[in-house]
Amino acid sequence: MNVKSKYLAYPYSIWMMIFILFPLFLIFLYSITLRNPNDIKTITFTFENFAKFFNPIYINVLIRSISVATLSTIICLFIGYPAAYLLTRVNEKNKGLLILLFILPMWMNMLLRTYAWMTILGNTGLINSFLSLINLPNVNLLYNNSAVILGMVYNFLPFMVFPIYTALNKMDRSLIEAAEDLGADSFTIFRKVIFPLSLPGVVSGIVMVFMPAVSTFVIPRLLGGGKNVLIGNLIEKLFLVTRDWNFGAALSMIILVIIFISIKILNVLKIDKESGVSI
Amino acid sequence: MKESIIELYNIAKKYNDVKVLNEVSFNVYKNEFVTLLGPSGCGKTTTLRIIGGFEKTNEGSVFFEGENINTIPPYKRQINTVFQNYALFPHMNVFENIAFGLKIKKLDDKIIEKKVNSILKLVGLEKFEKRRIDSLSGGQQQRIAIARALVNEPKVLLLDEPLGALDLKLRKEMQVELKKIQKTLGITFIYVTHDQEEALTMSDRIIVMKSGKIQQIGPPTNIYNEPINSFVADFIGESNIISGIMKDDYQVSFLGENFECVDYGFKKMERVNIVIRPEDIDIVKKNEGLLNGEVNSVVFKGVHYEIGVVSKNFEFLIQSTKSNNVGSIIGLNFAPDDIHVMREM
Repeated sequence: MNVKSKYLAYPYSIWMMIFILFPLFLIFLYSITLRNPNDIKTITFTFENFAKFFNPIYINVLIRSISVATLSTIICLFIGYPAAYLLTRVNEKNKGLLILLFILPMWMNMLLRTYAWMTILGNTGLINSFLSLINLPNVNLLYNNSAVILGMVYNFLPFMVFPIYTALNKMDRSLIEAAEDLGADSFTIFRKVIFPLSLPGVVSGIVMVFMPAVSTFVIPRLLGGGKNVLIGNLIEKLFLVTRDWNFGAALSMIILVIIFISIKILNVLKIDKESGVSI
Repeated sequence: MKESIIELYNIAKKYNDVKVLNEVSFNVYKNEFVTLLGPSGCGKTTTLRIIGGFEKTNEGSVFFEGENINTIPPYKRQINTVFQNYALFPHMNVFENIAFGLKIKKLDDKIIEKKVNSILKLVGLEKFEKRRIDSLSGGQQQRIAIARALVNEPKVLLLDEPLGALDLKLRKEMQVELKKIQKTLGITFIYVTHDQEEALTMSDRIIVMKSGKIQQIGPPTNIYNEPINSFVADFIGESNIISGIMKDDYQVSFLGENFECVDYGFKKMERVNIVIRPEDIDIVKKNEGLLNGEVNSVVFKGVHYEIGVVSKNFEFLIQSTKSNNVGSIIGLNFAPDDIHVMREM
């Protein structure tokens, strides 16, 4: 039995090697080497790429990216938790429909969904057309941080709702009854039983929203108009425009480490390791 | 004069138009150990949940110390529950679990600690305060669940098949211990089980239920010796149930023979069920008993043998300390007061 299950894991291990570990290793290699335009065969090892990052311009980009991502994650949490909680409360018939409504937008391409927001927020968009219709001055809704955050929240909200929903849904109903039996009113039950037990879901949700939010380049480019460059845009430019793959790889490594550290910090929050959704 | 603490009056409960409880009325006295006994789906757990406040009734009222508590939510009732799956909080340790109710009452930390320690001593789990719930065995979790309920000093403790998940030996130990705890603390216990032996061992009174209706209420000895109908007789222990006819007072006929019995008050020639307990039948020599029969099967059960004897196309189940050869013809003997006559259902 044991031997058999070991064999079953081989395709998965090979897949991981080729598509996850090997590319990661390549990025790491790029980040610690320099390109020699005249001779591609010699590789020079250096920390120059990382040193280049410690420039106020780049540091500011990173700080801006982290704060925008953090803010988006917090908003997602405040909208997503009540939504997930309501999902567990509705009866079975409506539950399926509501879950479908949450998933449905994810079936569409993210680029398309973000473009849709441009047509809503733009200067000749839905809102401004309506404003001019009732003779009010136009407002600048597009190409600022708020638009970027709106786009992030809209795109990543399901990633917050579903882990929390799963954690809440698998919670034993009798625990709530036990708390009620021991004299807890609904607020105390939520504070002392429901919320702590849903923490693994909350942590997963935070990670799953924060990770794409900190590294996305589509949303800031389309909704931010390239005015406030985020780290994702910077990496994109370095790879596709400037063609400085080595510095781009170094920035990617930095993002990787930051995400890794934030997951580790969040894991401390996760009190119940057994019932946790592992990240 | 015994004082009622809980009274159920004419309770009816429906789930999607299916009646799961019908005309359930009984009372529970102070310091009493009452068991709701019945097969699964008989409504015993629903009854318990109604007393706990987790289910609303469609009809009828629940009284606690003479007051109608139909609309009182569970957290305001002076009743605590030990749940079937224990429902211990997995994110808290043993101490936090037990202290949960006390902390809500905002008791002083020192008092809480004292109470938790003394209740842990009562259930035999001292020094377990810091342990995680998932590091405890089933029996230990069960004790913690009981401690968590008892520490609040409820007037009534509801127990929903609390020993169901334990192995036989542990279950027997816990039965004795629960009874001891109930006597020491003087708390009213309402206990739900489908295990007739458990009910007979622990209860002051047993309420036998079937299909949402109460069949019989009484002390264990009454329920066992004087079952009101063949369902109760069959459910409480093993029995031989034979259909027969009540010829007259103290005269019953079954398997084509007339027997003397101690029952009376039936209509003449009324169709009845006769119950004879397997341990009440003596095996004697051929023609020396009331009936003759052929030994059909012998099964060793430890303390006794379970012997199947076919007499006039009816297979009697007999418990005897002596074995018999399969195929031999023997006599069956029983006294008039071993014959329990009950109306057909």
